[in-house]
Formats: sequence, C-alpha cells, structure tokens
Amino acid sequence: MTYNVQIKVMPLKDLLDPQGKAVLGGLQNLGLHTVEDVRIGKHITLQIEAASEEAAKALAEDASKKLLANPVMEFYEIEMVN
Amino acid sequence: MKFGVVVFPGSNCDRDMQDALQNDLGKEVIILWHKDKDLSMFTTDDCIVLPGGFSFGDYLRCGAIARFSPMMQSVVDFANKGGKVLGVCNGFQILCESGLLPGILLSNGQQRFVCKNIFMKYDEGEPLKIPVAHGDGRYFTEAKILDELETNNQVIFRYCDEYGNIDIASNPNGAARNIAGIRNKAGNVFGLMPHPERASSEALGNTDGRKVFSILGLN
Repeated sequence: MTYNVQIKVMPLKDLLDPQGKAVLGGLQNLGLHTVEDVRIGKHITLQIEAASEEAAKALAEDASKKLLANPVMEFYEIEMVN
Repeated sequence: MKFGVVVFPGSNCDRDMQDALQNDLGKEVIILWHKDKDLSMFTTDDCIVLPGGFSFGDYLRCGAIARFSPMMQSVVDFANKGGKVLGVCNGFQILCESGLLPGILLSNGQQRFVCKNIFMKYDEGEPLKIPVAHGDGRYFTEAKILDELETNNQVIFRYCDEYGNIDIASNPNGAARNIAGIRNKAGNVFGLMPHPERASSEALGNTDGRKVFSILGLN
C-alpha cells in the first residue's frame, strides 16, 4: 500500500532564523505590527510503498534522521496522512 | 604531496583550486568526479580537496546531498585512514554534513550573502587577508562541543580585524566564537569558509592564501 507522509522540519528554537527575521520585517512593512515572530522551515511530503503504516513511519523516521533534517540545527515532526 | 579535487554538480571553485594548487603551489592535481569512487592513486600523504560552490544547488541544506555521492564514501574512508582532506566553503559544509567535522554552517546572521576580503588568523599568527563568498557560513554547534574544539586546539582560524583583534565587528556571518575554520581531532581533516585558492597568485594582488596552505601543512 502507498502511504502519504508529511514531515515538518523547523530550525531549533534557540537558533537565529535569518529568513524568518527578514519575513517578519516584510510583514511589519505591510502594517501587520502584531506579528511578533516568524520562523521558517520546510514541509516535505513522501509517498512510501510499505506493508504497514508502522513500516512507512519507520522509513520516514529513518529518512528524516539520515538526510531530511540535521539534528544540529533542526527538529522534525512526522505526520501520517492516510 | 599530490592533490585530488572533487567536482560535484554545482561546484564552481574546482578550477580555481586546481589552478592555485598547480600554478601557484606547483603541485600535481587530479580532478575527481563525484560519481567515481577510485582513490587508489593517492596515499595518506596526499590531500583530497572538496571545493567551493553550490553542490546540488544547495537543495535541502548546503552539502546535505553531496554527502551521499559515491566519491564521498571513498573520501570518508580515506580520511579515516589518516589521509588529508580539505574542504573550502561548500566543501566545509559537505564535511560537516558527512560527519567528518562537527557542527554545521547556518545561513549568515545578517541575512545577506557576503562577498569580500576578511582577515583571519591562526593561533597568535599574523592576520591573513582572504576572500569569503558565502550565504551560509555561520559556524554553529552546541557550547559543549565548541569548548572541546578549543580545548583540543581544533579551531584553526578565527575572523579578526587587520590588526589581529578578534571581535564581533570582524565576524562576517555571526559564526560562533568567530570561527572561520576547524580541523578534526586527529588533525587530518580541515574545513574553512574563506577561499585561500582565490588569494594565492601574484597576478591577483594577494598571496596570503599560500600561507593558509602552509599553515595546514598542505605545501
């Protein structure tokens, strides 16, 4: 069966996120002064052919750990869609 | 000592590196394609260089995909046997992603690509003027590992001003503790953001880059 997996990768909370900071400046220029902080990460979707949801999730976990996120700078959350 | 320069899709300092090593330092250079694996023509007295550029378009994270090129497995084995490996700019990022060096290079703190001459120094040596050109050069790792790097003398270059003062104003990207370059614990793998290959020829008006190769024992 094919499983759809969504992976959210975000910069670690303590790290400066220059991209988010630049976008925050843009939002404030738009007049949206109540926005206090912006942080930008990645949203990755995978289609995985696997025997079970557990197997698909385990593979997504492996992919996240080995390539999709770097724990020195990022954390990730995996969500099974179907 | 001979050199191998690995070319990835998106490398753009490979020819500069080859030119500096061959014509300015008088070394034999072999160009290596990232899909090959063969390093049998090198001994551990030789050096493999990962040049600057934007391997694989910097997709996902700088260096993250290059790490899985077939040649990188050979480079990791070569380094683990004691062979010398130098990564400059994107090469430094690849070394961090591949685990040969600790930490990571984050996007510059001031939200800008930085392309200019900076000064950096080795220990208490003279300040060297070397160009940088990067968008992701902010060296970062947890404080405990930064302390270890310092204790083990693994920080090889720090950003400084032209007089050698290490201060915030001379840090071009917000790197932790002004770190411009580090080495591994064994002392055979080196990574630095500044480009010594761009400052090794009299024709370019700056030969401080040669001193960088010399400090690293790559001359």
